[in-house]
Amino acid sequence: MPKKSDTARKLEDVGIEIDGDVESAEEDKKAKSKGAKKTAAGKRGKAAASEDGEDEDEDDEPPRGRRAANKKKAAHADEEDSDDDIPQRRCAGNRRRGKVRESGRDGENEKSGRKNRKGGNKKKDGKGKGKDKENDKDSDKDEKKKKNSSGDDSKSDEEEESMSEGEMAKLMEEVEEKKKLIANIRIKPWRMRRRLQVLKEAQQFVDKFEGALGKGKGRKLYAYKVMMMKKWIKFQRDFENFRTSCIPWERKIKEVESHFGSSVASYFIFLRWMYGMNLVLFSLTFGLVVIPEVLMGLPYGSISRKTVPREEQATAMDYSVLTDFNGYCKYSVLFYGYYNNQRTIGFLKFRLPLSYLLVGIGTFGYSLMVVIRTMAKNADVGGGDGEDNEFTFAWKMFTSWDYLIGNAETADNKYASITTSFKESIVDEQENQKDENIHLRRFLRVLANFFITCTLGGSGYLIYFVVKRSQDFANMDNLSWYEKNELEIIMSLLGLVGPMLFETIAELEEYHPRIALKWQLGRIFALFLGNLYTFLLALFDEVNSKLEEEESIKNASLWYIKEYYANYSANNPNDTGTPPPMDPADIIRGPCWETTVGIEFVKLTISDIQVTYLTILIGDFLRALIVRFLNYCWCWDLEAGWPSYGEFDISGNVLGLVFNQGMIWMGAFYAPGLLGINVLRLLTSMYYQCWAVMACNVPHARVFKASKSNNFYMGLLLLILFLSLLPVVYTIMSLPPSFDCGPFSGKQRMFDVIMETIDLDLPAFMGTLFSYVANPGLIIPAVLLMVLAIYYLNSVSEAYKNANMELKKKMQMARDEEKNRRNNKDSTNQVMKDLEDLLPNRSPAPPENSAEKKHDQGGKSPKVKPGSAGGGVHLQKDVSLASANPSARGPVTRAPGPRGPGPLPGQPGPGRGQGPPPRRQ
Amino acid sequence: TKQEILMAHKIFSELQDRENGPYSSRVSMEKIHTLPELKSNPFRKRICHVFSTSDMKDGSLSFEDFLDLLSAFSDSATLEIKSHYAFRIFDFDDDGTLDARDLEKLVNSLTGETDDTRLTGEEMRQLISNILEESDIDKDGTVNLSEFQHVISRSPDFVSSFKIVL
Repeated sequence: MPKKSDTARKLEDVGIEIDGDVESAEEDKKAKSKGAKKTAAGKRGKAAASEDGEDEDEDDEPPRGRRAANKKKAAHADEEDSDDDIPQRRCAGNRRRGKVRESGRDGENEKSGRKNRKGGNKKKDGKGKGKDKENDKDSDKDEKKKKNSSGDDSKSDEEEESMSEGEMAKLMEEVEEKKKLIANIRIKPWRMRRRLQVLKEAQQFVDKFEGALGKGKGRKLYAYKVMMMKKWIKFQRDFENFRTSCIPWERKIKEVESHFGSSVASYFIFLRWMYGMNLVLFSLTFGLVVIPEVLMGLPYGSISRKTVPREEQATAMDYSVLTDFNGYCKYSVLFYGYYNNQRTIGFLKFRLPLSYLLVGIGTFGYSLMVVIRTMAKNADVGGGDGEDNEFTFAWKMFTSWDYLIGNAETADNKYASITTSFKESIVDEQENQKDENIHLRRFLRVLANFFITCTLGGSGYLIYFVVKRSQDFANMDNLSWYEKNELEIIMSLLGLVGPMLFETIAELEEYHPRIALKWQLGRIFALFLGNLYTFLLALFDEVNSKLEEEESIKNASLWYIKEYYANYSANNPNDTGTPPPMDPADIIRGPCWETTVGIEFVKLTISDIQVTYLTILIGDFLRALIVRFLNYCWCWDLEAGWPSYGEFDISGNVLGLVFNQGMIWMGAFYAPGLLGINVLRLLTSMYYQCWAVMACNVPHARVFKASKSNNFYMGLLLLILFLSLLPVVYTIMSLPPSFDCGPFSGKQRMFDVIMETIDLDLPAFMGTLFSYVANPGLIIPAVLLMVLAIYYLNSVSEAYKNANMELKKKMQMARDEEKNRRNNKDSTNQVMKDLEDLLPNRSPAPPENSAEKKHDQGGKSPKVKPGSAGGGVHLQKDVSLASANPSARGPVTRAPGPRGPGPLPGQPGPGRGQGPPPRRQ
Repeated sequence: TKQEILMAHKIFSELQDRENGPYSSRVSMEKIHTLPELKSNPFRKRICHVFSTSDMKDGSLSFEDFLDLLSAFSDSATLEIKSHYAFRIFDFDDDGTLDARDLEKLVNSLTGETDDTRLTGEEMRQLISNILEESDIDKDGTVNLSEFQHVISRSPDFVSSFKIVL
């Protein structure tokens, strides 16, 4: 009976009102169907027996319905279709006509009852069904109408056997919708139970209709497609599971995280990321360059570049020589000079020189890509624009607790630091800083900056000087250990002392600690960078001198060989055969500047590793030991007093890591083995530092925010990448390679390899194509085009920014308006509110307001669902923002949902149904 | 993911065993608080209350609630979910808005229990009025969910810090 179904529906609506209101309309519908189902499903079984002429959807429904009833889960829209139907069916027996009429009446009644139903439903059959379905779809926010139309859906179902095209499309749409819901289910703030329920419903719905969708010939294919899709999704899930289980050091990092908070952990995550990236670079280099060379290249000792020269052979295996990467190390695959310039090696015709060059460039390409992509992703996640500091207090309040902290000591520190920051900001607020002696301070700051510039310049000069000296040393014999390693020692020491010096000088400036930290970072960065670049410049000097030297040696070497052969033929004039080849160890060879550069970088890296590890060992571990054990017999409290335990220096460590990576990038081209060393280093330092931090450091007294730091690290890395890219590309492009070592020997420039390949290996037209592409006439327009594109994108983003500002202003205005209106007190009528709700670009406040109102009035006001009213004109976000409020209230005012088996299927109004009175009059 | 759920289940059943036998499907608040992840969290009581679906309002958690908790605090939860739950955690009296008293309690739990870290009454008043001034958009003296989410969504480090990892 219409009456009955009406009441049932009312109850359902109540249920929805409580928990549904909030979510999108789609969700509403589902909640309702869930409610409705319970009334329906039970009777369903009985009714089903008497149904005969249903189409297949209906056919498999009864068992499903029964099952659903048993489980109290899973209602699909289809069942919902039949909800209304059932009471009618019962009273009307099996007489179809009667049923139709009745439901028609039903429809009429409802229509008169609700203004927003478009109605015109019942009398139509056949086509009408599709029509109604359509209605119900495009306004599926409006549950009532939907209900109504669905009521006749099932009826017409019986009358019409086949689905029309439109219907099918609609169905498809609905299925898609459900799928979307399934995909999004994670981001809805519901209880797990509820999520599971909705998920199941949606899934069953999809299962059911997907099969039914493709009718006729397309059906099999469609079903197949669906099946494959499912398999694929499943596979993806499994793969995802597998991948998460493969992430290394998750537990370790978590442990650190819980002791030190997220900022320290961010360093380790960064380290892990670096490790991953280096692993890729390493496998690239080793797979494409080193291993082919080892397997297929000429063996050691076959040619001069692969042999230790005669005069060095005596000492080549000495430990001290090897640690300097001379002797056998120098003539190994680790360095550039070992590689031969044969175009192809081995039976595979592997083009080693080409591969060497491409891998060298590819290393940079890959790194660039990865860094930029990670940055973009981080920026995406970061989302909020921290630039406007209108919420400093609120942020401090709501977001300052780090939920990762699981250690009492850290928590205490955190309490203290939060308190300090509160107090600080209050003080800041109260007295807008009164500068008493601004002149003195300014003077001090200038002085400090002067000192720092001096320090930077001094360190630069020192390095230049040392490099120069080391060139002199290179020509001398019997050097002491110090003299040999002077450069590395000096650089490491500078890296160690510089930051401390800066810190001391920074005391003069009396900046706010946050600003001071930034300055400190900037200065250390400048120091490292300056050192690296002076080092490079000095190296270039050396390289240039070597290049000159090389010219003469080349001549000498050629002359020597000629001499050798001349001598040979002179000595045994009777021998007409070719002379026995000269021992490769005897040939005079050039200095091979590439290998020299490679060795410098490797040495630098090694000493850097040593210094870092020693610093940790002495600075942290030893200190911790002393503090811990001498504390019993000391005159003051060591733990609280001066030495205390070390803190984990995040910024310093990150900078160290970044610079190390910079050196790797620069050196990797000349020393392919460097990447291997680096991978080892990162691996060990992961364990080592994890241990050190857990064993001998204490949590920070001052709290760093982890948030943006990730992108900050990445930014540093990117900068370093560019800076290290420059010299390498410069050498590749403009310095001539050595004549007798390395894969490019004998060529004018390194990139000639590419030209050669194009000329010899690719078909001729490709060569001409390349020559066209390389034509300045083409390159210049291309560059112009890129510049234009950048300009265009820039202006577009500018426009977006403006639009953003505009919207913000509008929101502000709307807010003010709202405020005024509130002050005028609620003579505001509902109509005005509704009208406002429909206006575009309205602030989130009004709908929320109206929603609140609705609550205040006991839900009696005409139905103004924020979601439905605003949905059309609003961004999704606004809607959710606005309408989320009731939900916050919902779960707490209402008793938690039923946990055990729910109400019996026959009962109308499931467990959710207590709460406010029905909102429909 | 599956592993995470399995792990959560392991931890949960461990907690359960320590309780009274295998029959109780719920774990009391005190037990939950013994987890190292929550041990030192000043909001642990609130967290349990918010995620609990128990009828007795005792903050005990069933496994589903526990999963809820973890998923809300997991990496993959969106800002919206996180802010939603954060709001309810901060809403000490469960009335759907953050009023001055909620804020006061919040400040107190943030600054710790001891007296020397507490703020004075004067400071507290100043602080709360500042907060309300900033985030109370409609000037009704309380912060409601949408205002809260508005504020939170601008914050750069909320997502990264509102996390619990098992």
